[in-house]
Amino acid sequence: MSRARLTRDDTMKKCMRCTKPATLHITEIQLGQAQVVHLCETCAQKYLSSTEVGGMPSMQMEDDEAVSESEAEGVALAAEEVEEDSPEVSCGGCGITFKQFRSVGRLGCPQCYTSFHDDLQSLLESIHQDTQHVGKCPPQTSANTLRHHELMRLRSELKASIERENYEEAARIRDQIQVIEAQAASSGESPAE
Amino acid sequence: MLDFEALTKSSGEWLKGVGPESDVVVSSRIRLARNLDRFPFPPQTSDAIRGEVEAVLRGPVVEVLPPGSMGYVRVDPLETLDRQFLVERQLISREHSEAKGPRGAGIGPQESMSLMVNEEDHLRMQVLRSGLALDECWQEINRIDDELQQQVNFAFNEEFGYLTSCPTNVGTGMRVSVMLHLPALVMTKEIQKVFQSMHKMSLAVRGLYGEGSQAMGDFYQISNQMTLGKSEQQIIKSMQQVIPDVLEYERRTRREMVKDNRSKLHDKVSRALGILQSARTITSEETMHLLSSLRLGINLGLIDGIEIPTINELFIHTQPAHLQKLSGTPMESSDRNAARASHIRLRLAPVEPTSEGE
Repeated sequence: MSRARLTRDDTMKKCMRCTKPATLHITEIQLGQAQVVHLCETCAQKYLSSTEVGGMPSMQMEDDEAVSESEAEGVALAAEEVEEDSPEVSCGGCGITFKQFRSVGRLGCPQCYTSFHDDLQSLLESIHQDTQHVGKCPPQTSANTLRHHELMRLRSELKASIERENYEEAARIRDQIQVIEAQAASSGESPAE
Repeated sequence: MLDFEALTKSSGEWLKGVGPESDVVVSSRIRLARNLDRFPFPPQTSDAIRGEVEAVLRGPVVEVLPPGSMGYVRVDPLETLDRQFLVERQLISREHSEAKGPRGAGIGPQESMSLMVNEEDHLRMQVLRSGLALDECWQEINRIDDELQQQVNFAFNEEFGYLTSCPTNVGTGMRVSVMLHLPALVMTKEIQKVFQSMHKMSLAVRGLYGEGSQAMGDFYQISNQMTLGKSEQQIIKSMQQVIPDVLEYERRTRREMVKDNRSKLHDKVSRALGILQSARTITSEETMHLLSSLRLGINLGLIDGIEIPTINELFIHTQPAHLQKLSGTPMESSDRNAARASHIRLRLAPVEPTSEGE
């Protein structure tokens, strides 16, 4: 578990990742040890978002953040391709077909969400720009699921705060993520994803 | 059973015009959509199934209504006029009024809550407050939802959240809306810019009675469109970040109008009052328009002696079903226009005009 403290100045230290001047200085406190990371704006963005893997981020900056994003895009594209020409499947719960849903705009029953999962997923992506619920859950929801949702929510907040260039907030959210990941690990859960 | 007699003569808490930012914000509303698992959604099923759903939900709904509630009403046996009355009162939605088969609504204290059974979803719950009070709305509706979930299982999956009849509501099932009175932005046509920026932020702008309704009386409801992928608190927070900008925009425009053209504005709002105080017949449309000017005049201190709640109430009480309930008889449109004019005259008995200019 780490605690990050972040300061911003322009003492003209060089970024530890590239040749640009460092403008952000992140103090990582882990196991009682303080370590300062000096980064430029661009590398700091990557650094803060890279902590999704959990624990103290490795000092070797990995350049494959972009890869995972384009992978995600590929999945979304694939989901879009699924629709149209797939054979008419009807919902086992209420009997309506996806085409019927399309014409009335209302689903037949809760089970439709399972029956038309892939088609709905791409539809939901276009309506909500998201496909994963992270809000309130019923009382009987397991601690694992709640943690999973909390992580999803925090990661989207982390992404948003990095986009807003609010690194103080990003560092705080990243710490929260690490705390929850540590909880998940100690409860014997495989890393949520 | 709902006491229509008493309802007709009263008005809801959310019309009090007292909450935070009430010069511009009329009311705040949060609604949640929930469905029973193992039952088809109301629009796609039979009356027999709708009847079963109503029977399952009625008990729990009545039980969670807070003390002082107005009770549960079966909507399907009601006359068209009574259903329309409840719509005008914002106690049920137009969709609920026009839906098919067994359905009902639990109405909370002071009309600040309504739990609709068999609307487009098995359960649509809403909490209303006057002024900008989203946190209070959320606390209340979240509590009601928690209590209901002790008794019934709602359709939910871990990926898509609470499952709803229309995929536009899935996830949180939550619609957060704030009703704003924006006369200055309408007069100056600046309102278009508000539409554009709300659209960019994926927020919807609708009229007084929600989906598809005209923006009568310069009232606009701003609400979230995305219900999946954000938590309830995140959705509320993003509304709370956006709304103050709109309020400031309206207020700034009002101030500029007063500064640049006080006498013209004073004339306009005074004429509105004059017509409302003396007309013998008046359409709903003209009434809304004039009441809007009057409300602006009162908020700017150009008109004295009339309270905002009186105006807020007139917006509702001059609607067609209200007039007919108030007079106790069904009326054709021309009779309604006369009854409307007479009702307004009574409520707006002449006041001393404020001294010219200053």
